[in-house]
Amino acid sequence: MRFFGTIAAALLMADAVHAAEIPPAERRSGYSFMKPETRAMQDDDTANPGMLWVLDGEALWKRKQGAADKACADCHDNARNSMKGVAARYPAFDKALGRPVDLEQRINLCRTNRQQATPLPFEGRELLALTNLVARQSQGVAIETGSDPQLVPFIAKGRELFMQRQGQLNLGCANCHDDNWDKRLAGSAITQGHPTGYPLYRLEWQSLGSLQRRLRACMSGIRAPAYDYGAPELVELELYLMSRAGGMSMEAPAVRP
Amino acid sequence: MTSALINVPAKAKRGDIIEIKTLMSHIMETGYRHMASGEVVPRDIITSFACRFNGTEIFRTDLFPAIAANPFISFFTTVTESGKFEFEWIGDRGFSETATASISVE
Repeated sequence: MRFFGTIAAALLMADAVHAAEIPPAERRSGYSFMKPETRAMQDDDTANPGMLWVLDGEALWKRKQGAADKACADCHDNARNSMKGVAARYPAFDKALGRPVDLEQRINLCRTNRQQATPLPFEGRELLALTNLVARQSQGVAIETGSDPQLVPFIAKGRELFMQRQGQLNLGCANCHDDNWDKRLAGSAITQGHPTGYPLYRLEWQSLGSLQRRLRACMSGIRAPAYDYGAPELVELELYLMSRAGGMSMEAPAVRP
Repeated sequence: MTSALINVPAKAKRGDIIEIKTLMSHIMETGYRHMASGEVVPRDIITSFACRFNGTEIFRTDLFPAIAANPFISFFTTVTESGKFEFEWIGDRGFSETATASISVE
């Protein structure tokens, strides 16, 4: 009995040693885990399928919508100038709601409040296209998310969820993405989980997808019930991940296997 | 919403070999997948792609269900004169899209 107690204690200690956060100097984008072919696909704007959604986003940006009969461009003019660096600050604190909102939610808030139009469905082509257009303007910009002091408690909640073991496999995000990012899972690289390129084109999805889609897929992977799109828990997790990647360069639209 | 991305060099020297890259937005639904209800998701793919230069066909290919969504097609050609490339994608459910790009040859 005492023997087993010692093992348990040793395992607990090992766990405590392992669950260390990645030092800033060792942080790596998912890009650095990819094959040269996939990197080349992301780097070439005419081979990167994510750029198709940017084109769609440019068309939607100019389309008049809702009871206000206004287009995004009527207030924000050319997205290339007005949206530069914006995505690198999201999720951001929304005063009216008193909690953080991600880029998709911000676009939908603009639609309901300013354009007086119905919100776009999550993961629909139109919302992805507009989000991608905005995110594209921050390519190469360093991530600043989380610098707002009002976000502190929400980042803490997101971090708690990142560390929390859950699901039938009883795994937390940190068990893979903090502790084992230098290893492989079923032949695929386990990355550090820095959301530098969202929305991004996943070859597996054969489509562009949001960070929330990725997080939900990870949750099903550990056999845990996934939060609904737009759930505060998912936004807090996005917020923690973006603040964890603070200072890294934005890549949207990235390509991932 | 259908978007295409075309990459043709704006300028080239006579006799140069140039690469043409095209990316077309399309779901390329194979026709082999089933919905939760058991019904087959009907096939919806691009079936053919062609490129004409100043009216003469220089490249043509057929596409099949195994080709991934948003097909990326690239090929090489030798340029002999200035002119216009015309691209055409044809597919299921009456899908038909065109795009053009110009090149000046010195």
